Amino acid sequence: MAELPEHLLRRSAEAKAKALGISVEEAMAQLKGEAPPTPAPTPAAAAPEPEAQSAAVATAAPEAAPETNGHAPVVGDPTKATSVRPVAPAVGGPEGVRTQRLLTVVKAKAIQQTKAEPQDKVNTWPHLMIVEFASLLAVTGVLIILSIILQAPLLEAANFNATPNPSKAPWYFLGLQELLSYFDPQIAGVSIPTIVGLLGFMAIPYVDKNPSNKPSDRKVAIFMYTFFLMGSAVLTIIGVLFRGPGFNFTYPWNDGIFFDDLKDWVPIGLGDGH
Amino acid sequence: MVQKLLDRVKELPSALHGSKVVDSILRPGSPMKAGYSDSPRNRSYVIMNNVLYHLHPVKVKRHGVRLSYTLCLGGLSFFLFILLTITGIFLMFYYAPTAEAAYQDIQELSTSVAFGSLVRNMHRWGAHFMVLTVFLHMSRVFYHGAYKAPREFNWVVGVVLLLLTLLLSFTGYLLPWDQLALWAVTVGTNMASFVPVFGSQVQFTLLGAVAVSADTLLRWYVLHVLFLPFIIVIFMAIHFWRVRKDGGISGPL
Ligand code: HEM
Repeated sequence: MAELPEHLLRRSAEAKAKALGISVEEAMAQLKGEAPPTPAPTPAAAAPEPEAQSAAVATAAPEAAPETNGHAPVVGDPTKATSVRPVAPAVGGPEGVRTQRLLTVVKAKAIQQTKAEPQDKVNTWPHLMIVEFASLLAVTGVLIILSIILQAPLLEAANFNATPNPSKAPWYFLGLQELLSYFDPQIAGVSIPTIVGLLGFMAIPYVDKNPSNKPSDRKVAIFMYTFFLMGSAVLTIIGVLFRGPGFNFTYPWNDGIFFDDLKDWVPIGLGDGH
Repeated sequence: MVQKLLDRVKELPSALHGSKVVDSILRPGSPMKAGYSDSPRNRSYVIMNNVLYHLHPVKVKRHGVRLSYTLCLGGLSFFLFILLTITGIFLMFYYAPTAEAAYQDIQELSTSVAFGSLVRNMHRWGAHFMVLTVFLHMSRVFYHGAYKAPREFNWVVGVVLLLLTLLLSFTGYLLPWDQLALWAVTVGTNMASFVPVFGSQVQFTLLGAVAVSADTLLRWYVLHVLFLPFIIVIFMAIHFWRVRKDGGISGPL
């Protein structure tokens, strides 16, 4: 068995010295097997419940050892080995006998402090899983039916020389494209709202210091978010339905809808606006 | 003879049920295991002795189970992501990200591959759905004030997830290489050029060129099928883990 590195030995010697009230050098010597162990209270004996078991192992091991005399002694079984570390062989003892020690005793304490307030809880199975499963099936069903009825658009092959008029971004960016048509992009452009908006969104929990989650206490926050929602919805709808060639304003009921994502699901006569 | 065979087939389910092989697959407490009975202890085991334990605790707050609280929007966003991964892998079998092949591959997929059209449609509409459910999930969280302590950081992770969802959708938009794809992406990436100071550099990095080109197609394909899914899965893992560690679902109001 390999020698324990010096720094580890020293660390355990310090712990031992502190526990037994002896000097570090003495403890070091004992660990190296150069001096008889102090008969004083062992750390294991003073330790609470869980460690008591390993203390038993530590004392039992030398007794069992003579049977394995001559061979490299077997150090406990794996479960015991986790709590009991073999230390350097006892030089003075009979051949094959090793002393075993507890390196450190760590008091059991929760890593996370949880406040245990009684809460009204139900089993995840079946109560939550049933709801989840049902909504998952419903969405799959709707998606399959939609995909049978509605063909995804595929226009002519990409052609760098034929710019369609109008050219529109995907719908989730159309609100931004719409903004772009009101403001000078360099000044109040899209990127500033995007970047500021993105960082701004991340900052919401740190800016909104109001601890309540009751709607009646959060009128301003709710107003602002609703304003944002409505604003994006209106801008997106204008972008999708009310913008025609040159991104100019059109009425869909007069000129048709210029939105190719919808190409195959708008009634004939509306969708051929271009 | 035939009768005997039929009898064998009829016995098969009960023979399988409780056989050593099936037993080795199902962990104790599985409702599919022989002898499962409905008891509070077994209800805990269904989750605890199962890979599901990575996603769900054994018990959840009563109000969190009501469909009307979360509307299942976060769960559905995740489920749509799984559906998109499955349909996307199918599409990859038939698609090459080159300017010569891409458009034709999509065309042939719709006409000469069994279920090709259905799977492509599911992938496309599913992607639109996912953008929608993620957005609605964010709104649900906002209206519940569910971003407040100790959930502040999970909201930040959520904003990253929203951004990644949009990027996944946008990179996929280019892949059919038709007029819609080409020009929607041109318009979209032109917006990036308005980024102050670094506008043209940002645009160049996105496109791999000064304008949308065959290089862009390859670049966005790799982002779409490999890089972005990889990143979003990591962030989802953090997101779900934090939901648990922040004390489960928020509320009740
Ligand atoms: C790919 C996108 C996303 C997925 C798959 C996802 C998934 C989930 C799931 C499954 C939950 C559990 C509760 C529920 O279903 O509502 C949850 C909770 C939460 N999500 Fe998301 N989410 C995503 C995006 C977002 C976004 C964009 C935000 C906000 C900007 C966000 C913020 C939160 C917060 C704060 C919670 C805790 C809510 C509570 O405790 O009531 N998530 N998310």
